[in-house]
Parts: sequence; C-alpha cells; structure tokens
Amino acid sequence: MSTDRIIGIDLGTTNSLVAFLQGESPVVIPGEDGVNLVPSVVALDEKNQPVIGNAARKYLAETPERAVYSVKRLMGRGVDDIQEELKLFPFRLAEDLQAGEVIRIKLGEKTFTPPEISALILRQLKRNAERFFGSPVTKAVITVPAYFNDAQRQATKDAGRIAGLEVLRLVNEPTAASLAYGLDKKQNGTIAVYDFGGGTFDVSILKLRDGIFEVVATNGDTHLGGDDIDNLLIVIALDDTRGDLGVDLRQNPEAVQAIRKAVIEAKVALSSQASVKLNIELPGGKRYLREITREQFEQLIQPIIDRTAGPCKQALKDAGLKPEQIDEVVLVGGSTRIPRVRALVKELFHREPHIGLNPDEVVALGAAVQANILGGGSEATENMLLLDVTPLSLGIEVAGGVTDKIILRNSTVPASATQFYTTQVDGQANVAIHVLQGERELAKDCRSLARFDLKGIPGMAAGMARIEVKFLIDANGILHVSAREQRSGKESEIQVQPSYGLTDEQVESMILDSFDSAEEDFRQRQIIEARNEADTILAALDKGKKSAAWGHLTTDEKKKIAKMEKALNAVKDEEDYQAIRKSIDELNLGTTRLAELMMDTAVSTVLKGKTMEEADMGEGPTAPHPMAKAEFE
Amino acid sequence: MSNSSFTTITAKPAPQETQSCWSCGTMRAAQFCDSCGKVQPPRPVDYFSFFGLPRKLNLDVSALEKDFYELSRKLHPDLNARSASQEQEWSLQQSSLLNDAYRTLKDPIKRTHYLLKLEGVELEEQSKSATEQARSSGQLKKQIVPPDLLEEVFELNMQLEELRMQKKMGEDDPALLEEIGKQRLELEQKNEALLDELKTDWKVWDALIDREQESQPVSEDERKRARDKMVDLLNRRNYIRNLVRDVSEVLEN
Repeated sequence: MSTDRIIGIDLGTTNSLVAFLQGESPVVIPGEDGVNLVPSVVALDEKNQPVIGNAARKYLAETPERAVYSVKRLMGRGVDDIQEELKLFPFRLAEDLQAGEVIRIKLGEKTFTPPEISALILRQLKRNAERFFGSPVTKAVITVPAYFNDAQRQATKDAGRIAGLEVLRLVNEPTAASLAYGLDKKQNGTIAVYDFGGGTFDVSILKLRDGIFEVVATNGDTHLGGDDIDNLLIVIALDDTRGDLGVDLRQNPEAVQAIRKAVIEAKVALSSQASVKLNIELPGGKRYLREITREQFEQLIQPIIDRTAGPCKQALKDAGLKPEQIDEVVLVGGSTRIPRVRALVKELFHREPHIGLNPDEVVALGAAVQANILGGGSEATENMLLLDVTPLSLGIEVAGGVTDKIILRNSTVPASATQFYTTQVDGQANVAIHVLQGERELAKDCRSLARFDLKGIPGMAAGMARIEVKFLIDANGILHVSAREQRSGKESEIQVQPSYGLTDEQVESMILDSFDSAEEDFRQRQIIEARNEADTILAALDKGKKSAAWGHLTTDEKKKIAKMEKALNAVKDEEDYQAIRKSIDELNLGTTRLAELMMDTAVSTVLKGKTMEEADMGEGPTAPHPMAKAEFE
Repeated sequence: MSNSSFTTITAKPAPQETQSCWSCGTMRAAQFCDSCGKVQPPRPVDYFSFFGLPRKLNLDVSALEKDFYELSRKLHPDLNARSASQEQEWSLQQSSLLNDAYRTLKDPIKRTHYLLKLEGVELEEQSKSATEQARSSGQLKKQIVPPDLLEEVFELNMQLEELRMQKKMGEDDPALLEEIGKQRLELEQKNEALLDELKTDWKVWDALIDREQESQPVSEDERKRARDKMVDLLNRRNYIRNLVRDVSEVLEN
C-alpha cells in the first residue's frame, strides 16, 4: 500500500528539515509542534527512550550527559581525527572504544554510533512526513555538505537505512539550494552558492543551461560553521568566569549549556542590533554580565569567516572563472545572516549576494525538487537535471607512499577510472590496494578510504597476471570497486576494509524499523495518534458544553452532537483506524457551529480587554509547544 | 566479455547500427533506444566513438557540450531511478562512460594524450607517478631537457639555488625574486604558445584521418611522424609545466 512518495531531507548540523513538492512548489513539512525546523538534538529520557528535536533541548539543559547535538561533525570520522572537536564539544565517547572502530557516543548508560543518532533524527522527520501525508514513507533524498568525503557520505546513507529509509540519492547541499532557486526563474547563467551553516562550509559554482544544473567546481571545509563562532564566545565566557569569579565551569556541563544558549542568542541578535548584553545566571546564584558590541563581535569572528575565502578562490580558479563572470551569488545557511559574512561575500564575488529564499529552508526545498525529479518529475521540474561533481580527488597508493590520482576533483559524477595491476612474485594470489581521497601528494596526508584485497588470482608467473580494477564514483559521490583478471576473465574477489565506517552487517543489526514491520508500525502509530486526537476533541467538546456558546445551539444540534460524541467514544479504543478517523471527522464537522460561536465569544472577550490567551478557546491539537515558553530569562 | 579495455582498443568503431534495443527490438542509437528511450547495456568503446566522432583532434567543443547535455538527459541515473535494477546499473555505467569521455575530449591536452594512447603510444615522461615518486624522495627526476631550453633552464636552476640559499639565511633579494618571477611568466607564455603549435600538429593528423576515410592510402611512416611530433610537443610542455611548478614552490615557500 505504500505510495511512491519521496521526501527531501536536509540533515543539518544544527537543524534538520523535511520537504516535498506540492504541486508546483516545494514546501517544508512541519512537526507536530507546528515548527518547520527540527533541532538536530537527540536525548534519552528517564526510561531510556529517545527524544528528538525541540523536546530534547530540555535534556540538553538539565541532563546534558543524556543529550547530544552537532553529531554531524562526527559522521564518518575516526577517534584520531576528532580530537579537536572533543576539546570544543561535549561529546562523551564510550570508554571501551578500540582503535579503528567506529566512534560510539554515550547517552546516559547507552552508547550510539553517529549514524544511529542521525537515524533517530531522520526517523523523526520520516514520522512528521507520515503524519502529514497520512501514509507511510520509505524513500528519501538526503542532502550532505558538498565537501563531504566518501566515508561521511557512506555514514549518512547508513543513517538513512537505519531509519528505515531507502536513500535514493545524496545531494550536495549547495546544489540542492540552486535547484530551489532555479525552479523560480528558469534562466541560463553562472551562479555561485555560498553555504555557511552550523557546522560546515561549502561553495559551489554552477552553470545553468536550459534546465541542466552543471556544477563546475566545488570546495569547502566540513568543519567550519556557526558552531565555531559559538565556541569562541563560550570560551571567552568560561575564561571570564574563571578569571573574575575564580570558578572553572568547564567541568559543569549544565552551566556550559546555559552559556551556550545565551551566546547563540547574542550572536543572532548581533545581526540586527549594534550591541547586546549577556546576562547569564551561574551556579551559586551569581550572574555573568557582559556587553558585546557588533564591532567587537566582528573583530572576534573575522578569522573564522576569513577561512571561507580560500575555498571560494580555489573554486573560482578550478572553474576557470573570474569573480566578474559570476552572474549571481546565492546565500545558504544560518551563518549567512551575519552582516560581516555578507560583506565578505560581496568582496569575494564583486557583487551583492542574493537573499530571496529563507537560508534555513532552501536546502530542504531543493532536496524536495530532486526527490520529485527522481520520482519521474512533474511539470514544475520538467527538463531539470543535476550534474554534480566529486569534491575530492580519488587516488591509490603507489610505491614510495605516494598518491597516484586517478579521478580528479571536480569531475562530473558518475565518473570512473580503470587501473591495471600485476603480481610481483610467482604464484601470487593476492594484491592489496589502498584507496585514498584528497589533494595531497603523499598517501599519509590524504584520507584513507579503504583497503582492498584482490583475492583468488590464478597461479601465474610474476608479472603475467593482468588485473583490471575499475573505480567508479556514483551519483551520490560514493566509491564502488570491481576487479577482473583479464587473462583468465575471472572476477577477482574484493575484500573491503572501510577505514572509517560500519560494515553491512553492522548497519543491518541497527535498523530501527525494519522494512518488513514498517507498515505495521505505521498503522499502530496512526491509531495512537488518532486516539490522541479523539481525546483532544472530546475534551474540547466538554469545555464547549460549559461555555456560553453552548446555550446558543438548538436542541436538535445538541442532540446530534451527543450522538456523534457517543459514536466516537465507542470506536476510539478499538483497533480500527478508519472508524476512529471517520468519527473524529464527523464530530469535527458537527461542532463547526459551536466552534464558531465560541470563537465569536472569544473575540468579543478580547474586545472587552482580555487577551486571546485568557479567553476561553479550548485546547486545540496544535497548541503551542510547552517548550516555547521555557525561555532563558 | 572481450579482452579489450578503453586504453588498448585500436580497432575502428564497431558498426553499432546493427544492434537492436533489448526492450522494444527497434534499431537504436549506441547508448539508448531512439524508439523507446531505454538505456542499453554498455559496450567497450573508445571515447571518440562514444560520441560518434572520428579520431580527429580538432573538434568543436561547443557541439560536444551540446551532445553531452543531450546524452545526459537520456543516460543520467537520476532519470532512470525508477527503472529495474539492471537498467539502473547500465545507466550508471553509461553515464560514467559519458562523463569520462566528455571530460577527456573537451580538454585539448587530455584529448591529445588520449588519442596517442589509443594509437599505442606510452608517454614515458608523462608518467605522473614516477614524477611524484621522485619528488617525494627528494630527488630530482632525471628528465631530458629539451635542447632549446637547455641554456635557460641552466640559468634558472642557478637562480633558484641562490634563492633557496638566501631563504635559508633569512636574506631577501627583491631583484632576484623579480627576475625569477619574470622567468616564470615567460615559461607560462611559452606553454601557451606550445598549445597553438599543437593545433598545427592536429591539422597534420586530422588530414591523415580524412584521407583514410576517403580510402586513400596512408603509410605507417606518415602516421608515426604525425604522432611523434605531438609526443615531442607534449613532453616539452610537460617539462615546462613541472619547471613552473618547481619555481612556484620556491617562490611561495
């Protein structure tokens, strides 16, 4: 029964979103709380059940050892290359981590790999979409930073699979953004996308030709974003408190989270204000007070935002273009709201950047466009095709520890290269291949992707075997390798040892909702949600009966409502979703006049000087999330 | 499967017109069916024949781009995402072949290299890994200096050595820096000029292919002479490029 609906997901460092193409235009699907952005925060509640998004933020403040954020920074990385992150982020690693093992993070007493945590976020988005459509969703397009390497992409794909999603395509974030823009104005030209988000920076240069979006160059830094700005401010506050108050708060995660929250708000405010006052309550009742002017802020963050200049210049150089040849510059990501960042973009590309679409949502909207294209397209996406590139050169290690590049960066994907290997000694049966990604000349300076062992080479004299190895980077930017001994025509067996990643078996064992039970799970959830909705409407009806509006109904109307109320009460504890749904809809319809009368009463109450909130409106299912009021004060 | 690979095929493009579509049986174009649009299983062809081009070096890059876009609209995996898994696999293979071919043919130097490779010429001096290896072990790779550059290279190497010494001592000689910078610019200009020279070599080669297509005899000696000229030019160009890179390294470090 599953429909072929494909969703587009922006799995962000700070926030994640899900979108789909509704008719002609992409729209973001809100969560149950009515909010489009789902914070990429995961926590475990008291019963060890995962809590995601806004609801998890509470845990971040109260029990930080049971919560995690910015996990995207850890995707596809090993323990040895996250040492810098560990200094700045409160990631708690499992104590029993072995060298070469995939990182595991502690939440409470449990441990999770980064793909598993990302999967929990993805599952939340999947559920939001299912609630919205009223039917199961199993297919998705997920965006990744353009500069993500093979391991980071693979980890993202694994996360999708664990969440019960078939990932039809990984799309580069800046490219997705260009699709969202391109939908509006189908025009030809050269555009640059400057994508400065919470944790990553990307720049892509694209040629637009009659619906073809051809990426000509991309560059970036997968560990550069708004997070780094926050950390600067946090360190200052921590140093201040240690210096002036003599308390070191570094070991106090609650206090650090309180400071983090305050500095993020300050950062955001400084995009529209000339100065901001930090006023943070510290443990022991003291308050941390500090004024930051925009000028000071800009001075402070200049070194961070300057780090985006190098990749921009390199991308232009690789594209063989001068800044003047760029027709339009598009801004993506929350960090591009900072005026100093916009000024830098203007300097780099010699033109005023374009700020049409919401920089927080544009990537998800683009993912929805790509999802539509993959699903067979529609009038809106007719003739649209994305030609993306691989951000990093692919190489293999040759004698002397040198990298021999076989597919250069900025090659359009899918791309392939064929290499020939032979044996060094008589009867040699195995050949080892070390695959690398990166621009440096020495293998040790590049990213190790995997070690392949070609096995079962037929016995021959040294140098006689001729093994053809084909390296293919697919449209997701993920590498595939196949090998064949040419003289015997025998397919060689390839044993892959990913340098940083989960094996197929590991992913399999992690799958949250296996595909088989997805339908059943969905049905169950649907029933539970319908029951909740029934309870809400029945409670609202009780309230309505006590309101003045009830008196304005005719006896006949009241009778009808009572009958429908009885019907709903009768079915709501049964397992028949359709019946519950039908009774809810009937009661909803039957009480329309009551609701209108109540609204009139409420409005007239407002006119008498009361606020809407005080007015007796009953509780709707989309009441504001309780978290919204628990703001820092 | 045949024993051939893209790098060793020397035969003329196979007459693909005789193939018919696996799906609807109609006669088809090489990569997809004209009639039903289905992607066809990939066949080992060289990059020129993939685009239906003769093995000539002077080609219209904007027409190539147009063909590339048109073929992308048929072969790209995004447009075949709903097909059966076998067709998706073909689409992936065909599309990567298309991209590899386009990337190689649109660039004049890569195109020339590729053609020479098809003609069985191994460009020893172009062996990139050998160069990288020599660099990593700190040795200078033994390269034959093109005779017309001998004097210039000798002079430049002396100056580079002097600059290295000065840098070690923490000294600064703006005049020397300027002189070396000027030489780098001259070398770069020389390489640009070589590109123009290459285009005249192309004409010689393309004329041979034209004669062949008109069934006029072309001797192996003529072919060899045309090839050797290009090999020599590419070697010189490569030598200069490495030199420029070395100079840049000293100047920028």
